[in-house]
Order: sequence, then structure tokens, then C-alpha cells
Amino acid sequence: MDNIVIIAVSALGGLGLIAAVILYFIANKFKVYEDPRIDEVEEALPSANCGGCGFPGCRAFAEATVKEAKEHKSLEGLNCPVGGNDVMQEVGKILGLEVEQQAPLIAVVRCNGSTANSPAKIQYEGATSCTFAHALYAGEGGCQYGCLGLGDCVDACDFDAIHMNPETALPEVNDKCTACGACVEACPRDIIELRKRGPKERRIFVSCVNKEKGGPAKKNCAVACIGCGKCEKVCNFDAITITSFLAYIDFQKCTLCRKCVEVCPTDAIWEVNFKPRKPKVPKPGAEEVKKVPETKKEIEVAPAEPKPQEDKKEEVPKDNKE
Amino acid sequence: MTGRLKTFTLGGIHPEENKLSANAPIEVLPLPKQAIIPMGQNLGAPSKPIVNRGDEVKVGQLIAEAGGFISANIHSPVSGKVLKIDNVPDASGYKRTGIVINVEGDEWDESIDRSDDIRENIELDGKEIIERIKEKGLVGMGGATFPTYVKLMPPPGKTADYLLINGVECEPYLTSDHRLMLEKGKEILIGTKILMKALNVEKAIIGIENNKPDAINHMTELAKAYEGIEVQALKVQYPQGGEKQLIKAVLNREVPSGKLPIEVGCVVQNVGTAFAVYEAVQKNKPLIERVVTVTGKAVKKPSNFMVRIGTPVQELIDAAEGLPESTGKVINGGPMMGKALASLEVPVVKGSSGILLMPESESHRKPENSCIRCSKCTYVCPMGLEPFLLSKAAKVGRFDIAEKELVMDCIECGSCQYTCPASIPLLDYLRLGKTMVGAIIRNRKK
Repeated sequence: MDNIVIIAVSALGGLGLIAAVILYFIANKFKVYEDPRIDEVEEALPSANCGGCGFPGCRAFAEATVKEAKEHKSLEGLNCPVGGNDVMQEVGKILGLEVEQQAPLIAVVRCNGSTANSPAKIQYEGATSCTFAHALYAGEGGCQYGCLGLGDCVDACDFDAIHMNPETALPEVNDKCTACGACVEACPRDIIELRKRGPKERRIFVSCVNKEKGGPAKKNCAVACIGCGKCEKVCNFDAITITSFLAYIDFQKCTLCRKCVEVCPTDAIWEVNFKPRKPKVPKPGAEEVKKVPETKKEIEVAPAEPKPQEDKKEEVPKDNKE
Repeated sequence: MTGRLKTFTLGGIHPEENKLSANAPIEVLPLPKQAIIPMGQNLGAPSKPIVNRGDEVKVGQLIAEAGGFISANIHSPVSGKVLKIDNVPDASGYKRTGIVINVEGDEWDESIDRSDDIRENIELDGKEIIERIKEKGLVGMGGATFPTYVKLMPPPGKTADYLLINGVECEPYLTSDHRLMLEKGKEILIGTKILMKALNVEKAIIGIENNKPDAINHMTELAKAYEGIEVQALKVQYPQGGEKQLIKAVLNREVPSGKLPIEVGCVVQNVGTAFAVYEAVQKNKPLIERVVTVTGKAVKKPSNFMVRIGTPVQELIDAAEGLPESTGKVINGGPMMGKALASLEVPVVKGSSGILLMPESESHRKPENSCIRCSKCTYVCPMGLEPFLLSKAAKVGRFDIAEKELVMDCIECGSCQYTCPASIPLLDYLRLGKTMVGAIIRNRKK
């Protein structure tokens, strides 16, 4: 009896040993060299696998950074929007390279065609898919550029950062946004844009993408950009351009002086996270509309970050939260 | 079972027919005050306007040229002054380029023969016929609005041996083709002869669904005088009028997946197109008017109108004695494949076959439930697809599966959604799948 056990154990053990030796030599022979830094970089990345960097997953991005570092000694054009500057600095440290600071971005919904501003003229019944509805019809409010409100962007978000507001039927972005760009891709009408978060989360943008002439645009939506050009004239920094009856504010040039917000006749230009201004000459009926940006306060926290441009500190007290 | 009627073999449904306007003769609608002519009236590229603001135009004058190979000319349906060339809303609410003409009088282009005489003699040869059809802006009148001349030019190496004329009109409610066959039967037959000459085929079959016995008898009687034209009665089954279904029913030929009917030697044209061909070739008249059914259960006077292209839908409804109070939805086309209109100011276009006014009680969808795997959608699909699978694939973004399972073969007949006991918007997701897969295929080719 004992004999059988001994034979079995020694036979199997011997086999295992022989196999191990063979495998050892084979493994050495066919070894594929992989830069250990790839693993290190991957470790430093957020592992969200969101594709926001343009690569299929964090591993692919790590491989790309190491390859780029080897070949070009720079990480230009490679950025992990989810990790932000901290992660990119970390990656730079691993690879021994300087990484330029990038201004953090956030997704901005450029439509204010809420149920109040753009009342429904027709009723949509069908699949809850913006892509389908976009191919089918112009929209309940009649605006063919505006938000359809069926939430393709919400479905696309991996970070729980964008949600539909049932009151306005518009999506709202919260501070969890990592600027991965998934919602931008998902929106069939290109309403969502990645814009600079701005100092203290302050942003100014045109909350409209309607390219129609003033009259027809205004007919469908009370807060449409009519392309009047007032903002373009008042801007001292050439930040505003008007193409096909639609104003666009270049966030790289904008200094957040808020002059354009004041002159906009339809309140299509929004200021977010600014302190309410002193009531100077209140425009008739402008007050309640001006409140809208504040209720749509997207960001609660203002992370410390390098200030890429001078904003008018003396006019804006530090504490802008209420 | 010798008396059994021909039909297609896969799937199909039989919705309530509701042909309310079947006995209403075609009436000529008075001219509108203003005609709105959208540039995108056909499948393919939109046409390009060639008139300017303030120009005087006559009926039948060319006002827009084809914008590509698959595109069609547009002629002025009215006479008057061009008010503007601007973005005008189409049936879906999207604003696209259109020409707005203020109607003044009714002055026709001299080259058009406006008499009622029937001209039997076909003087033009095949090539000239196709050229004429192209020039006169003819498109498929069944609803798909595919430019007719393209269908008449088979790709090299392919020849047709049969011409099928589609008089099925399987959509419930609609009767425009039915009335046209009863009132313009002779013209349709001459149009068929012209198409046969252009295609160089010996045989033509007119397929008519069996719920129009008067049209079948009338056309059979008339067809005796024309060699090579036969009339075939078909079983009442939706979508009998689908191109591929009709070929299967009449000739028992199956068009391969992703291919055109010419692959099996067939060309299918609508009876409305045959009539338009007659007018274009024999009378030199472009496609400027068509028969439109205005119908609905609550409509006081369900009618068939001969309408100039560009007439606002509102005028048609007024002519049918107004919009009933109970109306919940106005559909452009039939109840199965038509789309709801976003506004009543949109004009009649070349592809409008009917205006259907649905009462409020019938115009809403039932709430969606979970799929119970009853497989009814698969059973009724006339293309042999699995709608539940395709719609799910499209819903979750697996367009690779949708493509593999041949979503592009879907003819959007809506039988699956009609039959679904859980009221799942199957067709919506199928259309989404088709849009996305179509885009993927186009990108791949680039």
C-alpha cells in the first residue's frame, strides 16, 4: 500500500520537476521584453478605462506614453483627462520627463431650451434615444439644434457626472466630470463641449447652438442666440466670434470680464459660479432670467489650481459661494 | 386549393383596412395662394435651385436641378413670382432649403399638352424615354421617392425580363393608387408600355391586392388591348406592396440580401409612377401634381385629391371639410409607415400619398413592457429577420451584431411593432440600427 503512494508521488513529482526545468528554459528562450515602466505608468493611471485619452483603456495609454517617451522624449499630445495634472506629473516622474500643466476641462451643456424657454409644440413618443430622435424630427420645441432631452449623454457617462433635470428636461453636469469626452461623442447635435473649468470654477459661455437667423431662432426658444453681435463688439479680447448667427466664446482668450453677459439681449450667455453682481441698473425682467445660471450651479468645489490668466481679483471677492 | 391567391411566404400581417375614401372620385384641388417647394423631395441628394427671388415662373418651368446622380429635377407646380429661397420646415420639422412661390394665375409652359386626349402612340425610343423621365423629375410615387430614371438603367451585365407595376396599396386607409387605376387605367397601361420599351422587356405584370376587385376587373378588361401586360390579383396581406415582397408573390423570385430587384431580373414601379411616366413622355408634363388621399375615421369627407406639389397640408384638410376636433395626430402617409407631421404648414411633396388624421384615442402608444419572448415579431417579419434581437443590439450599441444579423435588410414596414404584445418600440430601434450601421458601412468604404 505504502509502495503505491510512494511510486505515485515520486512519479508525479518527477514529471513536475522535468516539466518545470523544460518550461524554465523555454520561458527564458521566448521571453518578450516589456518595459517595466509600462506597469508603473499603468499603476499611476486612474484605471477608469474610459477612453477619454483616445486609447482603448489605461494599459494602451501607458504603452503609448512609454513608447512616446522613448522615441520623442516628450509627452506632447498625450493627456489623461480623468487623472488631470496630478496623474500626468506622476507619469512624467516615472518616465523622467517634464509634463506641461494643462488647464482642467469640464463638459458644458450649451442649450437652455428648457420646457419653460422652449415650450413643446408637439409630443414625441418613441424610443428613448437622442440619435434616433435626431434622425426622425427636429424636436418638441421646434428647435432643430437644441437638446432633445432623451439622455444619450447620461447613458454615455461612466462617472455619474451628468444627469437629466426633470424640471428643465436638460442634462446637467456635476463636479464629478472628468472631461473624458464620452458625452460629447454621444450627443448627436454637438451641444456638449469641453471647456476650461476656469479659475474658481468660473465660466462664461454661450448656452445656445442655434445657427438660424434671429427671428426663427427666437420663435422656438426665448433664450436663443440671435447672432446680434453685441457681445462681439463689447469684447476687448477678441474672444467672441459670430458664425452663422451664433456667437462662440473662445475660452482660451476669455478673461471672464462678464461684459458680454451684460449686453446679451436674450440672456443666451451664461456666467457660472460668479458672485451675484450689485444691482446697478436692473434690466426690466432680466432678474429672474439672470438667476438661471445660479440655480444651474454645476460645481460646488473649487480646486486649487494654477491661474492661467489674470482675472479681476479686486472686483471679485474670494468668497463666491453661498 | 387552385383558387388560392398569390402572396409572399414569410411573415406579414393583416391590419384593419379602413379604406374609407375608396369610393371618392379624384377631385382637383384649387390652387394654393402660396406654394412651398422643398429641395429635398427625393431619395438621395437634394436639388439645387436655379431661379432667383423675384423671378416670374410658369407651371412646368424648371426651378431646381438635380444635385447628383441620385437626385431629380424640380419643376414649378404653379405660376407666379418667387417670393424667397429660404429654409422652410419639412415634414419632420427640420428646416431645409425650399422655394416659396406666390401664386398668380395659372399660366402653363407652352410645351405641355394639357388636353385630355389619350395618346397611344409611343414615338420616342428607349434612350429618349429615359432622358425624358430624367428631365421631367420623376421619382417613385409609392413613397420611397427613388429617382425613376436610375431604376430604368440596369447596371452593366444585368438585364431585366419582367416589369412589375405595383398597384397593391397595402397600407390601410390609403386609396390614391386605387382611384388612379379606376380613373386613369388607360394612361397607366400606356405608361407601363413606355416603361417596357425603355427597359426592353416583353412582359409586365400589374399586381393588385384582392380588396380592390373593381380595380382588378377594370384593369384586366383594359389590359386585354395591350400585349404583354397581365393583371395579377394578390392576397390582402401587409406588406404586399413592398418591392421584394411583390416580386416574391408574383414571380416567386427572391431578391438576395442587400441586393436590388434587378439582380433577379425585375424592375418594380408604382402605378402612380406609370401614370406620371405617361404624362411626361406623351404629354411632356413634368411631375408637378399627384393624387393624395385625405382620410381618417373622424374626417367628414374622406377624399382623394389631385394636388399640385407644394400645396400646404392645411388646404387639403380644409377641402376635406376641416380638422375634426378629436384629432390627435396628423400622419403623412399611411398608418403603418407614415410619419407624424410636426406642423400643418408643411407642403405636399412628390412622395406624399396620403394625409391621415388619427383621433386622439388612437394616436398614443401603449406603455412599453418587457419582452416576453413570444417571437411574434420574428413570425411576422416579411424579411425573415429577428426584430427583438436587432432592436436590442441597437439599443445597447452593439451595431456589429446588428450588422451581422442583417439589420440593413429591414424594410421598416412596422409589422413587428404592430404585433408586439409588449408594445416595445422595435421599429424605432431598428431604424436607429439602420442609421448607425449605414454610417459605419459608408465610413468603411472611405
